[in-house]
Amino acid sequence: MLKVRSALPHKTLTCLAALMLAGTASASNTLYVESWRSDDANIWSDTIIPAFNKHYPDIKLQFAPTPPTDYNSALQAKLQAGSAGDIITCRPFDASLQLFKSGYLESLNGLEGLNDFSDVAKSAWVTDDGSEQFCLPMASVIHGFIYNKEIFEELNLSVPNTQKEFFDTLATIKSESRYTPLDMGTADQWEAATMGFQNIGPNFWKGETGRKGLIDGSAKLTDQPYVDTWKELAKWKPYLGRGFEAQKYSDSQNLFTLGRAAIYPAGSWDIQTFNNQADFEFGAFKPPVLKEGDTCYISDHTDIGIGINAASKNKEAAKIFLNWMASAEFGALFANAVPGFFPLSNHTIAIKDPVAKEFISWRSQCESTIRNSYQILSRGTPNLENQLWNVSAQVINGTMTPEEAASETQKGLEQWYAPQQ
Amino acid sequence: MSSSIQPEEKKPFPWHLIVFLGPGLLIYVTFSVYPLLDTLILSLYQEQSGESYFVGLENFVTLVTDENWSSAFWNALSNNFQFFAFHMLLQNPIGLILAVLLSSPKLRLAGTYRTLIFMPTMLSVVIIGFVWQLILSPIWGISEEFLYNIGLGQFFDAWLGKEGSALVTLSFISVWQFVGIPMMLIYATLLNIPDDIIDASTVDGANAFQTFLYIKLPLILPTIAMVSILTFVANFNAFELIYAVKGALAGPNFSTDLLGTFFYRTFFGFQLQQGSSTMGAAVATLMFLIILVGVMLFLFFVQRRIQRFQF
Repeated sequence: MLKVRSALPHKTLTCLAALMLAGTASASNTLYVESWRSDDANIWSDTIIPAFNKHYPDIKLQFAPTPPTDYNSALQAKLQAGSAGDIITCRPFDASLQLFKSGYLESLNGLEGLNDFSDVAKSAWVTDDGSEQFCLPMASVIHGFIYNKEIFEELNLSVPNTQKEFFDTLATIKSESRYTPLDMGTADQWEAATMGFQNIGPNFWKGETGRKGLIDGSAKLTDQPYVDTWKELAKWKPYLGRGFEAQKYSDSQNLFTLGRAAIYPAGSWDIQTFNNQADFEFGAFKPPVLKEGDTCYISDHTDIGIGINAASKNKEAAKIFLNWMASAEFGALFANAVPGFFPLSNHTIAIKDPVAKEFISWRSQCESTIRNSYQILSRGTPNLENQLWNVSAQVINGTMTPEEAASETQKGLEQWYAPQQ
Repeated sequence: MSSSIQPEEKKPFPWHLIVFLGPGLLIYVTFSVYPLLDTLILSLYQEQSGESYFVGLENFVTLVTDENWSSAFWNALSNNFQFFAFHMLLQNPIGLILAVLLSSPKLRLAGTYRTLIFMPTMLSVVIIGFVWQLILSPIWGISEEFLYNIGLGQFFDAWLGKEGSALVTLSFISVWQFVGIPMMLIYATLLNIPDDIIDASTVDGANAFQTFLYIKLPLILPTIAMVSILTFVANFNAFELIYAVKGALAGPNFSTDLLGTFFYRTFFGFQLQQGSSTMGAAVATLMFLIILVGVMLFLFFVQRRIQRFQF
C-alpha cells in the first residue's frame, strides 16, 4: 500500500522532469531573432528560414519582431532581464555600440563570414578603434534620384550626369510643363538633410575621404566642399513645388506616385512604395557629379546589422546562421524580397527589380560612403544630426545662407568634439 | 458640558477616515506624488556609462546658462508664452462670446450649436493635426481655393512651414479645438444666474449690453479666472499637437518648439541624439516650477480678490 502510494508521485515527477528536459532540449535548438522589421515577418517565415533549413535542418529559427518605435527600449529591457533572443538585429552605430559596451553583444572577431564585407560596410558596427566587430552588416540603403520616365519622354529629356545637366533638366521641366520639377518638402526637415545634403554631398567631399577627415579633425564643416553642398541645395528652391515649406514626406511620395512631379530625391527604400502605388514607369539616376568623367560618390548607408546575444546558449548555432547570412544565397534572397534594401557583402547579386538594380549598379561605378554625421559625430551636445536637419531645411527655405549653415554646424562640433577643437 | 463630566473617555480612532481616504490616497501617492518626487530627485543626478551620481543643481545651471541648452530652453519658454497669450486673447474671449450667445433665450437650435462647437475638443489631437494639415496643405488643401473664391487668394501661404507663421497657425488650430471648454464652463455659470436679477436690471432700464457688463460679467468672473488658470496649465504642458504636426524637432528652426517638445527630445532622445533621463527630469522640474509659480501668483493676486456670490 505504502509502496504504491509513494511510487505514484515519483512516477509523475519523473515524467514531469522528462517533459521539462524535452522542453529545454527543443528550445535550445531554436534561435530567436529579435528585430524591428515587423514588415519583413512574411519574408522570414516564407523565404529566409526555409532556405536556411535546407542547409541546416537541425537549427530552428523563430523571427520575433517588435514594432520599430519600441524596439530599442524593448530590446534593452529584454537584454537586462536575460530574456532576449539569441540573434539581435542591430541598429547602426551608437545604439548598438552601447549594447556592446554594456556586454550584451558577442564580439564577432574571427567570424568567417565577416571576410565577405568591406570596411565601409562594417564601419557601423565596430568599436571606435576598429578592434572589435560586434554585428554582421545585413542591409544598406542607397541615395539617388528617382524620376518619372513618362514625363522625361514627354519632354524629351535624358538622364542628367553632371550638376549643370541636372539644373538644365530642372529648368526645362519648369518652363515647359506644369509638373513639379523637384519633389521634396522641408516640413519634416529630415528629407532636407538625408535626401538632400547626404545625397548630393559625397560628390563634393569625396565620400570616405571627407567623412573620415571630419572625424580625425583634418577637415571642417566650414571647408569648401560642405559650403558648396549647401550652395547646391540652396539652388533647389526655385524648382521645388509651391508651398514646399509645408510639404511633408508623405506629400512628396503622393505627388510623385500621382505623376505630378518629375524628379524625386530618394532613398532606395522608396522603391517598394512606388512599386505598389505608381502606375507609370520610373527610373533612377545617381547624384550628378561636377563635370563629366569625375569619380562619383554615393551614400550607401549601412542601416541593418545582425549580432549575437552574449547571453545566448546557442552561440555556435547562431554563428552558423550568421555565416550563412554572409553568403551570396542569403544576399540574393533578401535583396529580391525587399527591393531597396541592399545586402552589404561583396558578392555579385542578381537583383530582379529594375530600379533596385540601377541603384546597386552604382556600387561598381562609384565609391561608397555612409552619412557623415552617423559615426561618432552625433554623440555630443549639440547633436550634429539634429543640426544638419535644421540648417539644411533652412538653407533650402532660404532663411539661412550656406556659409551660416557651415559655421553653425562647425561651431556645434567644436564645442564638444576634441579633434575639431 | 458632557465632556467635562467624563474627561478621560477617549474618542475612538477614526478608522472610517482611513478606510474612505485610503484607496484614493494610495492611487494619488503612487501615480502622482511618488513620480513627481522621483523626478525632482532624478534631476539632481547625472548619469555616465551606467553610473549615476549626485551633482546638486548642476543640471539646472547647464540648462539656463550653457549656450547649447539655454538657447533651446529660452526659445521654448518664449514660444510657450506666445502660445499661452494666443489662447488667452482668442480662445477665452471667443468662448465667452459663444457662451453668452448660446445662453440667449431667443437662440434656436442652441443644443446643436453647443454640440458642434464642443465636438473638436473630444477628437484626438492626432486627427485634428492631420485634418488641419490637409486643409492648410498648399498641395491638396482646400484653404487656397477658398481664399481665392472670396478674393483673398494672394494672402495664401504655406503657413505651417514658415518660421514666422507656424506657431501662430498651430495656436489657431489649438484654439479651434479647445474653445468648447471655456464656452461650456461659462455657459453653465450663465445658466445659474437667477432670472430675477436680470429682470431687476431690465426694470431699472439697463439694455442688453449693460446687463451683460454690470450684471452677468461680475457673476461669471470666478469662472473666467478658473478658465484662465486651466488654460495656463494646459498650455505649459502642451505637446501633442506640435508633435503630431511638426514632429519632435518642432521646425522650422524650432519656431514651434514648446517646453513639452523640448522635454521630449531631452528625455527620450531623438534620431541620433541619445536621451538623458536626468537632464530630462531637470526640464520637467523647471516646467513644474513655472506652472507652480504661475498658479501661485494667480492664487495670491487674483483668486483672493474675487468674490463669489451665493444665490
